[in-house]
Amino acid sequence: MRKSVVVLALLLGLALLVAGCGGEKAATEQVIYYNVGTEPETLDPALMTGIPEFHMTLQMYEGLTRLDADGRPQPACAEDWDVSEDGKEYTFYLRDGLKWSNGDPLTAYDFEFAWLRAMDPEMAADYAYMFDLIEGATAYYSGEGSADDVGIEVIDDKTIKVKLVSGAPYFLDLTAFPTYYPLHQETVKADNEGWHLKPETMIVNGPFKLVKREQGRLEYEPNEHYWDAGAVKADRLVFYTVEDINTELTMFENGEIHMTHTVPGAEIPRLREERPDELHIFPYLGTYYYIFNCAHEPFNDVRVRKALTMAIDRKAIVEEVTQGGEMPAYAFVPPGIADVEEGSDFREVGGDYFEEDLEKAKELLADAGYPNGEGFPPFEILYNTHDMHKIIAEAIMEMWEKNLGIKGITLRNEEWGVYLNSRDEGDFDVARAGWIGDYVEPNTFLDMWKTGGGNNNSNWGDPRYDEIIEQLTKLSEPKDRIPLLHEQEDILMEAMPIMPIYYYTNPMMVSTKLKGYLYLATGALDFKTAYLEE
Amino acid sequence: MFNYIVRRLLYSLAALLVVVTVTFLFMHIIPGGPFQREKALPEAIRKNIEARYKLDQPLHIQYIDYLSHLIRGDLGPSYKYRGMTVNDIIRERFPVSVELGTVAILLALFLGIPSGILAALHQSKFPDYLVMFFSTIGIAMPSFVIGTLLMYFLSYKWGLLPSATWGSPQHVIMPAIALAGLPTAYIARLTRSSMLEVLSQDYMKTAIAKGLPRRRILWVHGIKNAIIPVVTYLGPLVAGILTGSFVVENIFAVPGLGKHYVTSIYNRDYTVILGVTIFYCVLLIFMNLLVDLVYPLIDPRIKLAERKEQV
Repeated sequence: MRKSVVVLALLLGLALLVAGCGGEKAATEQVIYYNVGTEPETLDPALMTGIPEFHMTLQMYEGLTRLDADGRPQPACAEDWDVSEDGKEYTFYLRDGLKWSNGDPLTAYDFEFAWLRAMDPEMAADYAYMFDLIEGATAYYSGEGSADDVGIEVIDDKTIKVKLVSGAPYFLDLTAFPTYYPLHQETVKADNEGWHLKPETMIVNGPFKLVKREQGRLEYEPNEHYWDAGAVKADRLVFYTVEDINTELTMFENGEIHMTHTVPGAEIPRLREERPDELHIFPYLGTYYYIFNCAHEPFNDVRVRKALTMAIDRKAIVEEVTQGGEMPAYAFVPPGIADVEEGSDFREVGGDYFEEDLEKAKELLADAGYPNGEGFPPFEILYNTHDMHKIIAEAIMEMWEKNLGIKGITLRNEEWGVYLNSRDEGDFDVARAGWIGDYVEPNTFLDMWKTGGGNNNSNWGDPRYDEIIEQLTKLSEPKDRIPLLHEQEDILMEAMPIMPIYYYTNPMMVSTKLKGYLYLATGALDFKTAYLEE
Repeated sequence: MFNYIVRRLLYSLAALLVVVTVTFLFMHIIPGGPFQREKALPEAIRKNIEARYKLDQPLHIQYIDYLSHLIRGDLGPSYKYRGMTVNDIIRERFPVSVELGTVAILLALFLGIPSGILAALHQSKFPDYLVMFFSTIGIAMPSFVIGTLLMYFLSYKWGLLPSATWGSPQHVIMPAIALAGLPTAYIARLTRSSMLEVLSQDYMKTAIAKGLPRRRILWVHGIKNAIIPVVTYLGPLVAGILTGSFVVENIFAVPGLGKHYVTSIYNRDYTVILGVTIFYCVLLIFMNLLVDLVYPLIDPRIKLAERKEQV
């Protein structure tokens, strides 16, 4: 027996040894710690679809353009570009002496290679449709055309010409998007599926390069071959992938990270009191809303939809329920997108589309045949499993019951995959939804409501609305596009197949020491010029 | 002995096939698929993806295809983590779970067994009450409560330990304690009751009557016999700790396999769900077999080959 105790003791010692040694850090080094909130699904820019992955790659890659703090595309790999008269042909001129992180020269061919690879039907990339603007791209990824017919032409090592199917002012935004990053051909060709799994084969062209990828963290160091290496100040970036948001907050309050990716809603009132300088409520290009299933009675009646929309108290929802500094929404497109005039905002120009008006709501409901909610058929509110969605649904249910006298509302909560399925199959009466813009133009919010469109679960459609979508594909100038987009939102909000609730915000904790980082409205963080101030 | 092992392995194989088939079917019955997105994909892209993973084939073809890969030990590619195979994921994640699990189990044994013995030797006296008090708490308190309390005091209030993530011995302490809470309490209770039983046996009285030193009586005749129920419990415990650490791994951001398993179900990552289920199943079968093989070493009265005939 004594022997086995000794063996056990040895095992314990071994287990502790296996646990390994902790990372010691030099005091003078500028190391920025951030929690990105989840494990990366992939670090292959062609295949990624999520914001966390965008964060992770934005530090190591750079497209032809890079977005500045206001979300405007700035010259990056491309020093300059020409746009043809009709806005359909872009010629990009690369900077002199661009290099990959291993010192290899970076050429226009690396862009062509990466883009065609992302469109390749064999790769089956989600975001292949990000190339829809380029001539022949849709046909290629649909298996109906060939790579040779895609409108990308490399003139020489430093010049690349792109032909578009229509002019689109946001093409320069797209060239900053991960799907448009160049790739290091040699390493990617050597291991098409797995090259991004190891730092050694992850050859990049951005401000930082990946030096470690292991057990719940990513580590970056500056890339000395980056063309703007002088602007990079941090010595190291450490990204944790902690998913539990309460743990994340504890890490921040413990001084283990300089920035969180979000903040638990329930903690915001306390943090406002205790750490006002560190709690930041960033804008976020997104809208939280409810969809009415317009194929179900009584939601096929616009008066019912309007009555319900007017009968909730959005201010109470954002101030007492969500508490994250969200803004009540009285339209669908959130603020933060430029209108035609310099410095004007699409939302401000468009204004609010409705008011919360109980008398009016009751009147509309009576007109629709349900005075004081009498005879209103019982219905369900569908949401995906999440505390916040649940509390919001409870609050709205109570408001509808109290304000309009509707009875028989039930809540239906489904796990994410099941919920998406129910929405896609139209198996709901009223469903919770949220939409985050892909790029900073109202189109990213409006083109989804096309009749029968894959994202339009409302069963609502309007011929004029679809006509505008068609017209927009041929227009590139904001002065031509924006009025049409306003008209679209007018139609949408007049029919009200959706009930806007609030515009999203992105609450984050940021150490007062951390400076120089960029927060983009689409939710991406750029640490290129970030540093710590003692 | 050899026949016994072969027979057990054959039964296990049949059980495994049932598990694979049932999991495969259930997985495809739940609504939603691995490539269902909130933002709908264009038709052509959805088709490309389905073709890539052969999800456009009839279900029975997919099933046969999966089995034929499984036989070769290939658990397939993950749908969610592009470029990684399920084998990669298990190879990367499982050692972390083993590391955490080993420490937790050793903790449970080193704390649980001695306190159980202590309690039994001082039955209905203060040490007994103390051990029973803490073991009741240990059984009643879920691991996430222990974990949250530990994090609040040890790292947030007193700043003694890093609050989460992985990579140094300090990072192991809190999740291991949280994970060890329940098994420690259980082992203490198990040891106590079994020790009490052993102490009242005739051979113990004989040993005392023969005048053997008390220490020797306890070690050779007492503890060795009292420990058998703990060994029985150890098999499922090891498998349980290695598979069921999801909550603790989540709170402390430990990059283990348990967390991956649960999220793979939300993601409808079919191959990961199946692969990890099979892996855990094999683990459980193996641990139980191991425990059965250890019995005769501790207790000569147990003979493997005879067990079946006795039934």
